[in-house]
Amino acid sequence: MGRERLRIPLYTLLVGIVLLGLWQGLVGGAPAGKGLPGPLAVARTASEMLSHPFYDNGPNDKGIGLQLLASLGRLLTGYLAASVVAIVMGVVLGLSPSLYRAVNPYIQVLKPISPLAWMPLFLYTIKDSSAAAMLVIFMSSLWPTLANTAFGVASIRRDYLNVAALLQLSWPRRLVRVVLPAAAPAIVAGLRISIGSAWVAIVAAEMLIGGTGIGYFVWNEWNNLALTSVIFAILAIGVIGVLLDAGLGRLSRRLAYTE
Amino acid sequence: MEQRFAQAVERSVELAVFGGEVGRRQFIQRVGAATASAALASVFPLGAAKALAQDKPGPIEKKDLKLGFIPITCATPIIMAEPMGFYRKHGLNAQVVKASGWAMIRDLSINKETDATHMLTPMPLAISLGVGSQAVPYVMPAVENINGQAITLATKHKGVKSAKDMKGFKFAVPFDYSMHNFLLRYVLAEDGLDPDKDVQIRVVPPPEMVANLRAGNLDGYLGPDPFNQRAVFEEVGFIWMLSKDIWPGHPCCAFATTREFAEKTPNTYQALVRAIVEATQYAHNQANRKEIAKAIAPKNFLNQPVEVVEQVLTGTFPDGLGNTKTVPDRIDFDPFPYHSMGVWILTQMKRWGYLKGDVDYKKIAAEVYAAAGTRETMKALGYKAPGENSVKHTFALGKTKVFDPDRAEDYVKSFPIRKA
Repeated sequence: MGRERLRIPLYTLLVGIVLLGLWQGLVGGAPAGKGLPGPLAVARTASEMLSHPFYDNGPNDKGIGLQLLASLGRLLTGYLAASVVAIVMGVVLGLSPSLYRAVNPYIQVLKPISPLAWMPLFLYTIKDSSAAAMLVIFMSSLWPTLANTAFGVASIRRDYLNVAALLQLSWPRRLVRVVLPAAAPAIVAGLRISIGSAWVAIVAAEMLIGGTGIGYFVWNEWNNLALTSVIFAILAIGVIGVLLDAGLGRLSRRLAYTE
Repeated sequence: MEQRFAQAVERSVELAVFGGEVGRRQFIQRVGAATASAALASVFPLGAAKALAQDKPGPIEKKDLKLGFIPITCATPIIMAEPMGFYRKHGLNAQVVKASGWAMIRDLSINKETDATHMLTPMPLAISLGVGSQAVPYVMPAVENINGQAITLATKHKGVKSAKDMKGFKFAVPFDYSMHNFLLRYVLAEDGLDPDKDVQIRVVPPPEMVANLRAGNLDGYLGPDPFNQRAVFEEVGFIWMLSKDIWPGHPCCAFATTREFAEKTPNTYQALVRAIVEATQYAHNQANRKEIAKAIAPKNFLNQPVEVVEQVLTGTFPDGLGNTKTVPDRIDFDPFPYHSMGVWILTQMKRWGYLKGDVDYKKIAAEVYAAAGTRETMKALGYKAPGENSVKHTFALGKTKVFDPDRAEDYVKSFPIRKA
């Protein structure tokens, strides 16, 4: 077991080294400034950017830390709002199978729409670009949570609800004591998928609206064909995505139960 | 800044008196700067000119402003006015905000997230008419740049001699309602290609043009600078034709705002127009171009190599075919919004089916292009302003060489290739 524990990180490290080597090998031939930049050039850019992550040269030029914070702020606002709505709707639909069947066709039609497709409509109607971006996040993180919550609530064992009825628990107490805890693992699984898709959507949304955020940062660096910065931003986006997912993963382990 | 401005006034007066940079330098060399200044003051009321130019309008209703821009050299006066202090000088705390594309510029402005904005000269006309937008009345007090566009082709098309060789090409323009679109269509149609059938014209935001050209998604584009020059810099394309060789002095980008903003906050609007007119005149002076390139190249503004911006603004540039060209008026800056420019744009909107039915060309152009107000502002600041709101424009390319704004409908009908 001890050996196993050592071997796996070692493999991870090896894969990393092989990937970096391949990358360097692929771009090695090109002269500096032409073609795809190699890992060394990206590392230089990264250390430069990470040494001043919070500089602020006005609205169009901010450090990578500020850009990430702007994106995370937008993400959390849209995501939290979507989660509340999705859980409430999910519980209602999960408890009432006939309502669920009645509404389901609409959910199925709305679900596969790319959240970005809503952007022009939001911009036109609510007339505020950052609110529109948050609504895009809202749309992207609504459906997985909604579907999972409804499914989780619908598949709670009848026995639990029967016992709750027998004990004559009031509805709010039934909800808090029985329904939500029983459906919690499914809900958190939905939340986990949602935050992933929200993080995917935010980058694209910010590339469209400009202003601040990591998506805008990528777009702005792309304009200048500054690929080292673009690659560094891609890596940063990946790392943040992993952290967000890991946070919810921890939550889901805590809420898991065995029947 | 105050001082820098005073110097600018003095300098432009000097330039006017001595008839150019060389004469001025010789004079100063011979007599010394202080004497030169004193000698000038005796023949020209420098103090009065400075005071007039600094003469402030009424109290400013709204100080903190947001102005939208697209990172292209056409926006030079709008952008440079922030770091070089032209807005501050007129009592405004204006911040320029970068937008990702023209649709975004339109929506930010209509949604009042920006107070005034960089636009393409056809946009205020189209938006006022509700074409490709909800109808919102706009005013356009200033043209930003004249000339300053080019047709850039991918390097593999080095052999292309005329538009006849471009059949099947995939082109990009920055927006439907752009001079870029209308000039590209004009050039193609003059050589017998139907732009709606023989080629593909896509809308691509300017900053994304080079990347698309490199990726082989495009054969070329009629784009704004620095993205023509950037294609040369990246060795992916070459400059096939400068837009000044189509219509010398054509308008390109503009400074515009909603009529509502101009009417509700007239003093702010006045101050803005003054700042813009002044910045445009400053940019017009070739001697200032290098300094401007340095001011607008950083990440906060264009985010381009200074070298590329300088090549555009100074007009000394490699064309991507191994030649170095010197075209000082490759891009120039002139704020006066002639109604006749608007009329030409409307004729092309009619020609290509963006406008349907009868169009009152002159009336629409006069409503949106605020020529009279700009003339007053230019005069108040001590600049020479054209006396006519509408003039005939002479083209360098095409069968009809002279465009007469009084015969707009006949002009549209004179084109063999058209939709309307």
